Amino acid sequence: MRARARALAATAASIPVTLFGLTIVTFLIGRVVPIDPVLAVVGDRAPQDVVDRARLELGLDQPLVVQFWHYLGQILSGDLGRSVMTANPVTQDIARYFPATFELATAAIILAVAIGVPLGVLAATRQDSWVDQAVRLFCLAGHSVPVFVLALLSLMVFYATLHWAPGPGRQGILFEDMVDVRTGLLTVDAALAGDWPAFRDALRHLAQPACVLALFSLAYIARMTRAFMLAELRQEYITTARAKGLSPLRIVWRHAFGNVLVPLVTVLFLTYAGLLEGAVLTETIFAWPGLGQYLTVSLLNADMNAVLGATLVVGLIYVVLNLLADFLYRVMDPRV
Amino acid sequence: MTTRAWLLSDTPASRRQAIWGRRYQGWLALKRNPLAVAGLVIVLLMLAMAAAAPILATHDPGTQNLANRLQPPSAEHWFGTDELGRDVWSRVLFGGRLTLGMVVAVMALVAPVGLILGAVAGYAGGWLDRVLMRVTDVFLAFPRLILALAFVAAMKPGVESAVIAIALTAWPPYARLARAETLLVRNADYIAAVRLTGASGARIVLRHVLPMCLGSLVVRVTLDMSSIILTAAGLGFLGLGAQPPLPEWGTMIATGRRFILEQWWVPLVPGVAIFLVSLAFNLLGDGLRDVLDPKQR
Repeated sequence: MRARARALAATAASIPVTLFGLTIVTFLIGRVVPIDPVLAVVGDRAPQDVVDRARLELGLDQPLVVQFWHYLGQILSGDLGRSVMTANPVTQDIARYFPATFELATAAIILAVAIGVPLGVLAATRQDSWVDQAVRLFCLAGHSVPVFVLALLSLMVFYATLHWAPGPGRQGILFEDMVDVRTGLLTVDAALAGDWPAFRDALRHLAQPACVLALFSLAYIARMTRAFMLAELRQEYITTARAKGLSPLRIVWRHAFGNVLVPLVTVLFLTYAGLLEGAVLTETIFAWPGLGQYLTVSLLNADMNAVLGATLVVGLIYVVLNLLADFLYRVMDPRV
Repeated sequence: MTTRAWLLSDTPASRRQAIWGRRYQGWLALKRNPLAVAGLVIVLLMLAMAAAAPILATHDPGTQNLANRLQPPSAEHWFGTDELGRDVWSRVLFGGRLTLGMVVAVMALVAPVGLILGAVAGYAGGWLDRVLMRVTDVFLAFPRLILALAFVAAMKPGVESAVIAIALTAWPPYARLARAETLLVRNADYIAAVRLTGASGARIVLRHVLPMCLGSLVVRVTLDMSSIILTAAGLGFLGLGAQPPLPEWGTMIATGRRFILEQWWVPLVPGVAIFLVSLAFNLLGDGLRDVLDPKQR
């Protein structure tokens, strides 16, 4: 028990070090950009003395280490600077864009787990049958298709040809700004307000990008579930259970799957973190106003504060999810 | 004695015979996996097509012909023409040079650097090891595409920036892998024997530790290829990789995406190319893993 607590403490202690490293990376990227931060503030027609004053005010005459120290202080007080593009503090922008990404990624991971886990178990219980081969091929294909091509294809088929899905965006024009923002998650907000037409509209808009985003994670989850289950089904206690005459369903789901759950949870958290990456590309195509879109638009406008702020936030989420995965692994598995 | 018997001999007479015998057996095992062979064939075919692009192309990839824009696939233009009347087949061929060239360049940068860093850290241990592991932690704490985006933002968009940015995000897993393998062998008896004969640290790492990491490295590289292709294409798609009018696959999709509803061939042909290469590398990597790294199966 003490050893476990110590291991947990060690993991937790590595987080500040990693986060410190993250800030060094974003700081350095911010310093080597070809865009002069002074010009971004005062514009390129400012007289020389204004430029000099701005340089002093931004602390750009200080040594790099001092500048980094200031940067760190700012970040710790929750100040990521101001976005040139929206003229808002970056923190405020991120708070507004993040819920859309969160909603999309969560919907995607739910889909991926609901389909991927049973698929993986099915393939493992019929190793080397045609079902298994089909699942393996499907997983590899899902892992190889660029998410933006899939998104375009899906728009072509489900939106333009079959008219099943609504167009890009988070909600129909009719419903825009009609629901009070409480959580920032449109489906949840609409449900809380009891506005069912708005809820249906939000869900319809969510379905297509979520399915596209889910496929990538689904492939990975199914593949890992299959591998874990195969290893587990080879254990001797499974043979014993079979010899005792337990039903195959019970052996697979209660005995084997129960033990697979622990490593699987770790995989799920890592996949969830990975969805942030796919979200950048998916959001661009579906005009989904999330963090990914914010990041790419800022990038194309050379809005460095916004880019680095968003990068830092994504890194933070990634680290926290990794920590949670590690934590749950230790809590759930008594052997660790 | 036939070559085959020489290769499959149970009692190899020389070191060379043993090495080639093992390789041949690996090849035989790989050949039994039809999916892996399919992957290998597609990879080789795509590489050959990219290399022979000037011969295979029916048109100049850059020549515009506005009178002939957005033509559907035909005998004259096998994959149709794009919004500037350029031949899509020729552009995909030349795009393969660019996209595959970027991937190969990333690998050539990343694999040796990661391997040597990891092996040195694992062999030396101590503070060097701790520092390196912390640095890889930091890099692994970012999703690859997003870190690459930030790096490209710091440079200017283009092929070189994209290669550097992807390389900067791709090396840590290799360092980790090499370190883990090194830790497994560093206390082995044969390393102690080499050390007793007076071999220097550099010699031990280069001649006796690194070769042990190669098997898992090859598997890792092949499986990673698809992820790097997707990242490179993603950067191109976001407008941060190769710049138009260069025919890079991701860039081609980005400029062609407007036409997805009517002239689907413009964005989809390069999309299928990315998918095929990526899938082929995954199939091959899966097969190689079964052969070279049986414990991970």
